[in-house]
Amino acid sequence: MRMWRLIAIAGVLFLSISAVQAGTLDDVKARGYLIAGVNGSIFGFSMPDEKGVWRGLDVDTARAIAAAIFGDASKVKFVPLTAVQRLPALQSKEVDVLCRNTTHTLTRDTVNGLNFAHVNFYDGQGFMVHKKLGVKSAKELDGATVCVLPGTTTELNAADFFKKNNMKWKPVVIEQATELNKAFFSGRCDVLTSDTSQLAAHRAVAPNPDDYVILPEIISKEPLAPVVRHGDDQWFDIVNWTVMALIQAEEFGITSKNVDEMLKSQDPAIQRFLGVTPGLGSALGLDDKWAYNIIKQVGNYGEIFERNVGPKTPLGLPRGLNALWTQGGLMYAAPFR
Amino acid sequence: MEKGAEVKPPISDTTIAGWLKKNLFSTKLNSFLTIITLYYLWKTIPPFVKWAFLDSAWFTPPQMCRNIDGACWSVITKNIRFILFGFFPYDQQWRPLVAMLVLFGLLYYSKERHRWNRRLIYYWGVGLTIMAILMKGGIFGLTSVESTKWSGLPLTLLLSVFGLTAAYPLGVILALGRQSKMPAVKVLSIVYIELIRGVPLISLLFMGSIIFPLFLPEGITISKILRAQVAIILFTAAYIAEVVRGGLQAIPKGQYEAAASLGLNYYQTMRLVVLPQALKIVIPPTVSVLISAFKDTSLVVIIALYDVLKTTQTVLSDPHWMGFSREAYIFLAILYFLGCFSMSQTSRKLERELNIER
Repeated sequence: MRMWRLIAIAGVLFLSISAVQAGTLDDVKARGYLIAGVNGSIFGFSMPDEKGVWRGLDVDTARAIAAAIFGDASKVKFVPLTAVQRLPALQSKEVDVLCRNTTHTLTRDTVNGLNFAHVNFYDGQGFMVHKKLGVKSAKELDGATVCVLPGTTTELNAADFFKKNNMKWKPVVIEQATELNKAFFSGRCDVLTSDTSQLAAHRAVAPNPDDYVILPEIISKEPLAPVVRHGDDQWFDIVNWTVMALIQAEEFGITSKNVDEMLKSQDPAIQRFLGVTPGLGSALGLDDKWAYNIIKQVGNYGEIFERNVGPKTPLGLPRGLNALWTQGGLMYAAPFR
Repeated sequence: MEKGAEVKPPISDTTIAGWLKKNLFSTKLNSFLTIITLYYLWKTIPPFVKWAFLDSAWFTPPQMCRNIDGACWSVITKNIRFILFGFFPYDQQWRPLVAMLVLFGLLYYSKERHRWNRRLIYYWGVGLTIMAILMKGGIFGLTSVESTKWSGLPLTLLLSVFGLTAAYPLGVILALGRQSKMPAVKVLSIVYIELIRGVPLISLLFMGSIIFPLFLPEGITISKILRAQVAIILFTAAYIAEVVRGGLQAIPKGQYEAAASLGLNYYQTMRLVVLPQALKIVIPPTVSVLISAFKDTSLVVIIALYDVLKTTQTVLSDPHWMGFSREAYIFLAILYFLGCFSMSQTSRKLERELNIER
């Protein structure tokens, strides 16, 4: 416990001086590259491939920020961080931005001194069971043994859910995600609970994927978003509008392949967006070509989604909540004008 | 002695049946235990061999692995370069390989005690320079690689070899400090040793990686690897200090008095009389501390440094390879065993040689 108190004291000390600091953009430009904190071991979100190259939705979000600033998506360094490390690393300026499956919550937004940009992935906690249990709803899980990772909000959410519905449960707590899955698939527990994106990933590699169902109940909201420090509004704007540019590009139908043709578009909104009509980039303190650079080098949100977590990847996630608002999802960018 | 008086060796020493009877079936209890053991081995060894070798896949893609009953060693072979070298640029990975070979060469060469002279120090100097150049780059046309990209086995070796070599002298100094007659030195040493021994290594690593940077002045960041390295050194040194203190206490008072009567001052007494004897006595516990420190380096996983344990775990969280953790951990166990076993072998050899001299 002493550790936590120290961390809290250190955090408070930091917050008291953070108000006077500003100019992350200048720091990043002077350094010549962006430093992004990532998870490092979640497939589809941030993980190195077998050649040590970073891949994933969070990683591509960070690359998009680099592309917006430098016009070069490769000018970013990734720092893998654990769940405990991630917030202090941001506060101590070890990283400029955190793209690490971090759920936007009130406490983090206020007490922890963080600002959350636009959500880049809407997740939610669910339950997966074996078909032979015949369970159709999570409300029927009274007395079940539940495999769950410790120390995350996952465990607390599950506890809340069972308590609220007056059901008993036996948590089987295992620290390592891979071992947890093994325990579930070998039948040590009836239920596996985690974010649905993770459940889908685990099911994809199960011995018999068709034997398992993800129950319809989503018991928590997990809007995952990039995070920056309090006290630098310009930097927050850049990160926020980078994510929105990815979404807006998909809405415009601009992809990495057709972005050059789109430069000739007669649509004034697209002209503003791509910097043919200048103004938006310089308002952010960036080059007017910023959105063009993002789309050209990283792609739009749809492309990033398909490449990392979409149906053709081992995760095989449907767009669901992450579809554009025009297609029944929640991805909605404010107007670019 | 007459020829006829020659006594034949007892039958139990010459025939296999005799040996079996003497060693495995001498009493009822022993016979019972032998049979139980044989049964257990028969139940475990053949299935293991079948799993690990006969039914196993060595170089197949992951989909093929899911259709076989045996071990899927492909999880290692297909990802070996990431497991061993992590983020080091893919086309430059010969550099950490050569650096590791140089390190192994140096360690092997240093095993023989008759080579422990001034020349060895020069060899190490040259070797370490070569390793540093290979890892860091930036000169001789090698592209520069930052320390944040050092990962995998080179990182494990770096943390342990430098951790142990720096911790040992520091530990000896602390042990001497604790025995010192100067109150300030003594109190400082005691406070240091007890404080460090009072907390787990994990909390030191956390302090180094999370709290320490918050107190650094604006714009200064110290490499995560260096911070972990320092934490490991500080931690191991405290344990070595206590082990060495045990050795110092085993030296009879007469040795100190004899040295004093020869007119030796404190440094000469320690260097020529006390430490050579004390350090020799404590070789076994020292090596235990070093071996456990070597294994403890894997704790840097919790501050997200990609040592060889973490790179392997990363491979396991790729959905293609998820579930083959048995094979991966067996591979890791072998790696760590080789490291630990060679350390204990070297120390036993050293003990034997030092005892012969007596």
